[in-house]
Amino acid sequence: MNEIEKKYSAIDASCRVPLLVLFGVASVWLIIGLALAIIASLTFHKPELFANCPFLTYGRVQPAANDAIVYGFAIPAALGVILWIFARLSESELLLPLVPIVAANIWLVGVLVGVVAILIGDSTGFMWLEFPTAGWILIFIAFLLIAISAMATFGARRERALQPAHWFLLGALFWFPWTYGTANFFLVEWPVRGVAQAVINWWFANNLLFVWLGLVGLGVVFYLLPKISGRPLQSRYFALFAFWTWVLFTPWCGMPQGAPVPSWLPAASTVASLLTVIPLISIAIVFVSTIRGVSVQCKGGPYCSAQIGTVLFLASAVMLIITGCSHCGRLLGMTWYMPAQTYLQIFGFFSVVICGAANESLPGVLGFELPFPSFVRWQHRLFIIGSVLFLALPLAIAGIIAGIKMQNPNIPFTEITQGTLNYLRVSSAGFLIILLGSLLFAINVFAATAIWQAKLAKSIMASFGTAFEAEEVKS
Amino acid sequence: MKTGFRIFLGAFVAFGLSWCGFVLGPILQLGTLGQTTVLNSSDIYPNQRPGDATLGLQVYRSSGCAACHTTQVGQHGVVCDVVLTGAGNNPAAVNKLISTLTLTNLTKDEADAISGQISTAGGKTETHIRPIGPDIERGWGMRHSVAEDFLWDNPVQLGSIRVGPDLANVGMRYDLNWQLLHLYAPQSKVQNSMMPSFRFLFNVQKIGATPSPDALQLPAGFGPPAGEEVVPSEDAKNLAAYLVSLRADVALHDAPFTTPSAHAAGTQKK
Repeated sequence: MNEIEKKYSAIDASCRVPLLVLFGVASVWLIIGLALAIIASLTFHKPELFANCPFLTYGRVQPAANDAIVYGFAIPAALGVILWIFARLSESELLLPLVPIVAANIWLVGVLVGVVAILIGDSTGFMWLEFPTAGWILIFIAFLLIAISAMATFGARRERALQPAHWFLLGALFWFPWTYGTANFFLVEWPVRGVAQAVINWWFANNLLFVWLGLVGLGVVFYLLPKISGRPLQSRYFALFAFWTWVLFTPWCGMPQGAPVPSWLPAASTVASLLTVIPLISIAIVFVSTIRGVSVQCKGGPYCSAQIGTVLFLASAVMLIITGCSHCGRLLGMTWYMPAQTYLQIFGFFSVVICGAANESLPGVLGFELPFPSFVRWQHRLFIIGSVLFLALPLAIAGIIAGIKMQNPNIPFTEITQGTLNYLRVSSAGFLIILLGSLLFAINVFAATAIWQAKLAKSIMASFGTAFEAEEVKS
Repeated sequence: MKTGFRIFLGAFVAFGLSWCGFVLGPILQLGTLGQTTVLNSSDIYPNQRPGDATLGLQVYRSSGCAACHTTQVGQHGVVCDVVLTGAGNNPAAVNKLISTLTLTNLTKDEADAISGQISTAGGKTETHIRPIGPDIERGWGMRHSVAEDFLWDNPVQLGSIRVGPDLANVGMRYDLNWQLLHLYAPQSKVQNSMMPSFRFLFNVQKIGATPSPDALQLPAGFGPPAGEEVVPSEDAKNLAAYLVSLRADVALHDAPFTTPSAHAAGTQKK
């Protein structure tokens, strides 16, 4: 082992317990969230299935599934990856490692409180902000705690110059508490009047799903591509330009066209959607010129995840900015096209990138190879097949067909909804396929944790053993 | 730390701009919104929903109705129709003039010009404002939804997807009894409906000495077993009351339209 590897192995080892806890929490919630999503989609097969069960009625299970996946899986997994990247970029061991471990447990309780609250009917009624006070406060505190550990590690960095990944991930650490705190304060704790609630809700949803997931996913991609390929990002300046245009324009997207709000709000989103093309082109240029000429084998490993994740990110971003145009927004805005875009963003882009990064980090963090290396490739494939072919594509088609039919008032509404049913039924299979993938991910995380614990127990026993032997020799 | 601080400052400004635009701006502009007067009337709009409907909004929230239903109607704009209200002293000339003119689907300027022509010929006209767009033509509302419609609601449940129909004006389409029957057995009221049943909001109980006055009169095939009756819970009644209270049927300054009673007297409506 040479000096550099030795240095990184100590850094990786310092992340071990926080990462295992965060990835463990994340994988459990991903499985629960997907199971809830499957339950929700069963209603499309048989509407009266849960007629007597208030906990499983579609209107409760569906938001519970969404929140379990985003708050339970996406954000904690992202925070784990951010801690690892910050430690490695800082060339410093993770500082305050106990804090993220405690925070991950607080997080787990927060999501549990929130999901149970939704299922028993205590949802706040705001999309992506359904968790009542007890739930969101815990998540908010846990996020701040993990951010403190990340910032301490960042502050202790030996390499003072910042990498492109730093900008994106720092922006994300900063922006989530701001948006989440603001939205919960003005909607749940001290509700503003009238449709200002809806405006803040849309602002938050866009900032969470498009801006925040985008910042984290891109930051991780911009770290992984150079790390694995050995070729620096092409170029830093383009990446910097992409970052600034991203944070300047994208937070203004997301106001639905034709909403009952002052017309300057959707108009501002139209302009912002158009301008978002600028960061997207820069990201595409950085991506293509970095991977060009690199001879890394792409066999479903983390490098592959970063690549395909970026392509799907661009696809989902284009899907979103199309709805910023007034005509398309009115046509598609209230159809299944929007969930299709959201699922592509969450599963096709974000989960693929984050699980790829987790799989890249784990061998080093654990100090041994993952117990089932082939699961990494299968999870990657299942995520992509499930999210693209069985979720985003059928739902987007259903949305476009319904949107066009809605323009003709002579077509009865029930006929339009009947036309979407088969596409909706396919989405159950999509969730199931992604669930299989997440089971593979979870098995690797938990098996690796068990192996590490067994090794730990063994070494403790061994040290006891030597202590006893020493005692015996003395006597 | 210099570059780190610069990034922090830059991101703070960039993010802060959107916060000012989409959080602070709407709070200042919409948070102070008050009641308004109905167009061409001294009536105040909107009025507080009745108590049971206000409670029903909480059942709507708790059951997650907004996961499938929007309560916002859109429109593509308005058109003007010129309606003849009196033929004057020379009906033949007015009628001859009218037969050469298009009286419907006009812009405001066109309508004014045509009204001018007709009144020069001696006829009397009224200009009717008619919102257009698929939502309106589907019968989901008389005008687009506006911020005032949601003034008293907390939480505001606009919804984002139409798995089911828009409910902004569902109170104008169906009565309380229809809503209760539909909540218990959606398919009994709407054939091929994909709405789940909300049977958990009802009590199925043995018919006592006197049948409950609230018991639902369900059609054959949807009713409870013989000797039992379906009685709506308080939540079901409140939810139905909320749905019935959903009606935005008055014209406002920012959402004008001519009421259908006047409309029906006109000539252009089929």
